[in-house]
Amino acid sequence: MVRFERTINMPEKILESFNVKHLSILDEKGDTDESLMPSLSDTDIKMMYELLVLSRTFDHQALNLQREGRIGSYAPILGQEASQIGSAFALEKTDWIFPSFREIGVYITMGYPLHMLFQYWSGDERGVKTPEELNIFPVCVPVGTQVPHAAGAAMAIKYKNKRKAVAAYFGDGGTSEGDFHEGMNMAGVFKLPVVFICQNNHWAISVPREKQTASKTIAQKAFAYGFEGIQVDGNDIFAVYKATKDALDKAKKGEGPTLIECFTYRMSDHTTSDDASRYRFKEELEAWKPKDPILRLRLFMEKKGLWTGQYQKEVEGRAKEAVDEAVKKEEAIEHPEPKDMFTFTFEKLTQRQTKQIRDFQ
Amino acid sequence: MPWTKVYVDKSEFEKAAQLQKEGLRGLTFREALKEATAQMMEKDDRVFVMGEGVDDPGGIFGSTQGLHKKFGKERVMDLPIAENGMTGVAIGAAMAGMRPIFVHMRMDFLPMCMDQIVNHAAKWCYMTGGRTNVPLVIRSIIGKGWGSAAQHSQALQALFMHIPGLKVVMPSTPYDVKGLMVSSIQDGNPVMFIEHRWLYEQIGHVPEEIYTVPIGKGIVRKQGKDVTVVAVSNMVYEAMKAVQPLEAEGIDVEVIDPRTIKPLDEDLIIESVKKTGRLVIVDIGWKTCGVSAEIAAVVAEKAFKYLKAPVKRVTLPDVPTPNSPVLEDAYYFDYKRIVSSVKEMFREV
Repeated sequence: MVRFERTINMPEKILESFNVKHLSILDEKGDTDESLMPSLSDTDIKMMYELLVLSRTFDHQALNLQREGRIGSYAPILGQEASQIGSAFALEKTDWIFPSFREIGVYITMGYPLHMLFQYWSGDERGVKTPEELNIFPVCVPVGTQVPHAAGAAMAIKYKNKRKAVAAYFGDGGTSEGDFHEGMNMAGVFKLPVVFICQNNHWAISVPREKQTASKTIAQKAFAYGFEGIQVDGNDIFAVYKATKDALDKAKKGEGPTLIECFTYRMSDHTTSDDASRYRFKEELEAWKPKDPILRLRLFMEKKGLWTGQYQKEVEGRAKEAVDEAVKKEEAIEHPEPKDMFTFTFEKLTQRQTKQIRDFQ
Repeated sequence: MPWTKVYVDKSEFEKAAQLQKEGLRGLTFREALKEATAQMMEKDDRVFVMGEGVDDPGGIFGSTQGLHKKFGKERVMDLPIAENGMTGVAIGAAMAGMRPIFVHMRMDFLPMCMDQIVNHAAKWCYMTGGRTNVPLVIRSIIGKGWGSAAQHSQALQALFMHIPGLKVVMPSTPYDVKGLMVSSIQDGNPVMFIEHRWLYEQIGHVPEEIYTVPIGKGIVRKQGKDVTVVAVSNMVYEAMKAVQPLEAEGIDVEVIDPRTIKPLDEDLIIESVKKTGRLVIVDIGWKTCGVSAEIAAVVAEKAFKYLKAPVKRVTLPDVPTPNSPVLEDAYYFDYKRIVSSVKEMFREV
C-alpha cells in the first residue's frame, strides 16, 4: 500500500477585528478639543444651553408635582440632559423618533408642547397624541420593545426612498432584551437608516451596568450585527451632538445604522416609585456630580463670553415661566368622559363597542 | 348565490360550473388568497409581504408563490428568524404608513410574538389617543395531520379573541378568503388572519375583480328551522356534511359561518337561535375559554329564554395535539361527531 504524506501549514487567520472608540470633546472644566468641535453657531450653543435648563426645570417641577399628588409616577432625567438634548438637536423635524420612557429632553428639544408632557405623566393618554408636525412615536414603557419598531419604520423610509432617518432611544437595561438584538440584526441585514441611541445611565432600576452584560462597552454590540458602534461621553453635549449628527448623515446617505452608547449616569431615582439610596453607594453619586452636563457647558460658555449671571437669571426665569404656564394649561384640561375609554381601542368603533357604550351609560 | 355557497367537494363545484356555463370562475382557497394579495399589492404600494419563506419555491403552501418575482424582494421579504422582533418591525412599518402582511407558516409561532402583538400592536391606537394606529395583517396557518403534533398544529384563535384592539378573522371559502384579505389590508387595525391548512384545496367561485367581505359579518350557509350549528373555519365543511344525515332523521339544520370571530356577528347568531331554539357550536380549537365558550355565553346572555335545550359544544379535547396517528385520529373529529351531538340533543329533551 502506498501512503501519501505531506505536511501543511495552517496559520491562524484573523478574519475581523474591531476597535471601540470613545468620543469626548468638552471636559469638566469647560475646555474643548477644537479639532473635534462640531460646527455650531453661538446661537446654537445658547439654544442648547437653554434647552438643558428648560429640561431640568421641567424635571424638577414634575417631581414636585408628583410629591404633591398632582401627577402620577414620573421618570426623572437628571444627569442625562446632554445625552437627550445633544442627540435630539441633531435630528430634523422630519426624522422619526422612537422613545422609551425617560426622554423628556428629547421631547422638549423637538418642540413637543410642554403641557402635553405633563398631561401624559398625569395619566392622560391624550398627552401622547403627538402633534401632526412631529414624528414622535408612543412612549414605550415595556423595555427595549421599541427597537424593532424603529427598524420597521426605517424599512418604510428605505422603501419609500425618503431622505430621513429614525432615532431609537433605550437604556443599558434594554440591551439585554431579545427585541434589542432582533431589531439591531434586522437593521444590519437590511442596512436601514436608523440610529440606535443607548443612554447607558448605569442602572436599570436596581440592576447595575456590570450585571447587564459582560461586554466592556455597549457600543461594541453593534459590531456583531455588522455595523459601527461608538461610545461617547454622554454628559458632553458636543460629543453626543457630533456622534448623532454623523450617524444621521450616514444613515441618510444609505450607509446603514449606527449604535451610539452615551456614557452617562442616572443622578435621580428610577422613577418616583423608587428609592435608589437603598441599593447604590453615595460615593458613586458624588463622583458623578462634577461631571454635570449643564455645569460644563456653562463653564465653556463663560470662557467664550456667552454666559453671564444676568443671562442665567433670564434663562431660568423664562424656563420657570414656560413650565408654570404648561402646568396651568394642563390642569385646566377637561377630564375625559368614562365613555371615551372605548373611543380609541380600534381606529373606528365596532358595532359591539357601540352597544357596550350604550350599556355603559 | 354562487359566492355564498360552500362546495363541500370539488365535483359539486364542477357540476355547478357546468350548469352555469359562464360566469362561475373557480379558484382554490390558496389561489384566491394569493390573488387578493397580488391585486392589493398592485393597487396600493404601501402593501408588502414579510415572513419566513414567503419567497421560497413553496411560497407558504403556494399562497405567496412567485409573488417575489412579480413585486421584487423588497416587497416580498424573507426575514431573519426572530418572530417577536419581526412583529415589532412590522408594527414599526405599519405605524410609519405601510400596510404589512406578516405571514407565519404555523399558528404555533405566534406565542413567540405575543409581547409585540398584545402589548404593542393591540395597544398603540388606544394609548396614543387615536394618533398612531397599526394597520397590520398577521396571517397564520393552523396545521393538521402529518405528525404536526403539539407544536405545529395548534388552533389558538381564542387567545387573540380575548385581546381588545385585535380583530380576528377565520375565512372558510375561497370567496371569503379573498374578500376578507382585501378588507383586512384596508382595515386600520391589527387583524389576525387565521387560515386552516386543510382549506387550501377547497374550490369555490371567486370573482376576478377586487371586492370586500366585511369584517364582523357572518353568513348563513344553509337555512333550517330546528337547530343552529355555528361552525368555525374548516368546520363549516363538516357542518355542511352533517346536514343530509340529520335531514334523514327529520332534523332541519341551520348552518352559520361567523367568518369573523372578533368582532363577532352576534345578531346573526341570536336571530337564528331565536328561530331554532337550539345551538350547537363547532370549533377547531379547545373547549375551555374557547371560541365556543364565548358564543355560548353571548347566547346565554341574550337569548336564554329561547333555548329549548342546553347548548352543545363540539370541540377538541383539552389536551395537546398527539403525535401518534392512532391518538391523533381519536383527537380530531369530523361531521359524524356533529351528527351524533345534534341527535343527542334531540334525544335528551
